Amino acid sequence: MIASGLTDFLRDSVDLQVQVDAIGLGAIYALMAVGIGLVFGVMRLVNFAYGQLVMSGAFALAFASERDWPPAVGITLCFGVVLVLSLAMERVVFRPLRTRSAAVMLIATFAVAFLLQSIALLWFGPLGKTANSLAQLNRVVEIGGVDVRKITIVAIVAAAACLLLLVTLLNRTSIGLYMRAAAIDSQTARLIGVRANAVSTVSVLVAGALAAVVAVLLTVQIPTITPTFALQETIIVLAGVVVGGMTRLVSATLGGFLIGYVSGLLGGALPSSQSQYLPSFLFGLVILVLLLRPDGLFTRSRGLVERV
Amino acid sequence: MRAGRAALELLAPAALVVAAGLLGTLVSQATEIYFVSALISVSTVVAIYVFVGNSGVLSFGHISFFAVGVWAAGVLSIPETEKPATMPYLFDFLSSSTVGNVPSLLIAAAVGGVFALLVGLPLMRLSGLAAGIATFAVLGITNNLLRYYEKIGPGLNTFSSVPETTDLLQATIGALLVIAAAFAYQRSRLGRQLRATREEPAAARAVGVSIYRQRLAAFALSGFLAGFAGGLYIHFIPINVDAVYLELTFITLAMLVIGGATSLWGAVVGALFVSGLDSVLAEMEDGMTLLGRTIDLPSGSRIIVVSATMALVLVLRPGGLTGGREFSLDPLLRRLQPAPSQEAAK
Repeated sequence: MIASGLTDFLRDSVDLQVQVDAIGLGAIYALMAVGIGLVFGVMRLVNFAYGQLVMSGAFALAFASERDWPPAVGITLCFGVVLVLSLAMERVVFRPLRTRSAAVMLIATFAVAFLLQSIALLWFGPLGKTANSLAQLNRVVEIGGVDVRKITIVAIVAAAACLLLLVTLLNRTSIGLYMRAAAIDSQTARLIGVRANAVSTVSVLVAGALAAVVAVLLTVQIPTITPTFALQETIIVLAGVVVGGMTRLVSATLGGFLIGYVSGLLGGALPSSQSQYLPSFLFGLVILVLLLRPDGLFTRSRGLVERV
Repeated sequence: MRAGRAALELLAPAALVVAAGLLGTLVSQATEIYFVSALISVSTVVAIYVFVGNSGVLSFGHISFFAVGVWAAGVLSIPETEKPATMPYLFDFLSSSTVGNVPSLLIAAAVGGVFALLVGLPLMRLSGLAAGIATFAVLGITNNLLRYYEKIGPGLNTFSSVPETTDLLQATIGALLVIAAAFAYQRSRLGRQLRATREEPAAARAVGVSIYRQRLAAFALSGFLAGFAGGLYIHFIPINVDAVYLELTFITLAMLVIGGATSLWGAVVGALFVSGLDSVLAEMEDGMTLLGRTIDLPSGSRIIVVSATMALVLVLRPGGLTGGREFSLDPLLRRLQPAPSQEAAK
């Protein structure tokens, strides 16, 4: 039974349709992974509240859509809301806690996450709002016998463009240089004149902009915005980022893409009677990979253990 | 003197719990449930403290041990006659047996402990972020299975008709038992070895302490106590599996961190402080009259205040309310009688 299940899985997963959808999902998850990985690199802070940034952006889109504002206005509002919230988060919570242990910072972002989520619950109610001004992107175009939703193409192109912009920022500008320096050794970077506050502000802003992009892409696929919007996705991406390896941005991004891709494959290939167990399969894989490679799939060396 | 100080470490939290229990007898029936709930929170947070506080490793997975405790006690103590109606797909061995109050609590604890031991065997090799995410994954899997696998429980439905046996007395005794177990553990050889690995892993390893084994022992004990707390909870209020997932994980970790994660005293203070705050806010959501003025908060504002408090405590007092230290009279004594050395210096 297991063998036949496995062959079914393999046959379904090479299906082009499943492949395209999985890559589309992987692209969105990779963007979230970059946002989380960038802030982690510069500040050594795991931002659990990243999903709530996406959620706030999505509510901004719903707000605009309910008033029949043109999509461009909605997207601008979405970026505005997410960037302002990111800045506020950085100033009020992240910056004072910068010198604390990773655990304290993670729990603090947990608190911020629940704060934002409960504010959204109070404001918009548990049933949420609908954002459908970009719904026409869900239309299907046929490419080579495969049904591709326009949003999948948009997602892949947007992700590629964002990553390209980010690589340019990191490699071709001086603030990018400072950010890379801070990620390698923040203490030494500060000693030679890198301004820690500027670096963390910029990294949080870039991560916020990525969150806004993700909000736009996700609302097209899931137009009902509830306070728990993007929560499940954030948890999965966080797992993906750690599985990929948090120490480098590239490995974190690959981890995010991989977990999105695998979850797309599982979603396409699991029989519908078992599709509700998708999170269990995914988390099971995460545990397995972490046990085999605790420092990440895509990192080169194993972490050193201090000895006396 | 040292024995006195050690006794105080146990007696102070115990006294606080007994005081909460006694206070609960003085109030109306409607207010009493807040006290029962706060005392169950004490059990839960102290259970988490046994691992997180002593080892310094963050775990997001403890609510899954709590959840299997809820499940075991819940599914076993629903009367046999009720089971076919609420849980038609149940396995035979679950549907054909019903156990009493105390046995169901013991089974809940045992199931939590065994589950934690099995999960810990592989996972305790990890540390840092990998450990955090792996324990989170365990929580996700537990929730997913309890939610959809209807052969073992009610799925997304509520555990209805579980006898509501957890009253003020049981909740107080339960909290005292968990505190006593946590105290006995942290004073024991095992507990001290684990605390050594928290403070200085390299040095602890150098003197022959196995970090893996010590963490595993604490994890299993902690899961046992969390399962017990879960049993108490399902005998208190009918809930479904989604009530024992992310929000409870957040609230219980918040309690531990607000109180001060590295001490038993901190765990108890944090649990009672946040529960108290939460109860007052809950009353205010229903409209409360205080000093002749009616305060009426919109519903849902509780968690806003709790999470804002938590962020505030973390920013202003990262060690928590107690600074992560055990209860001690020393600061008080010092204030009462100024140290002679200071006098001499003048």
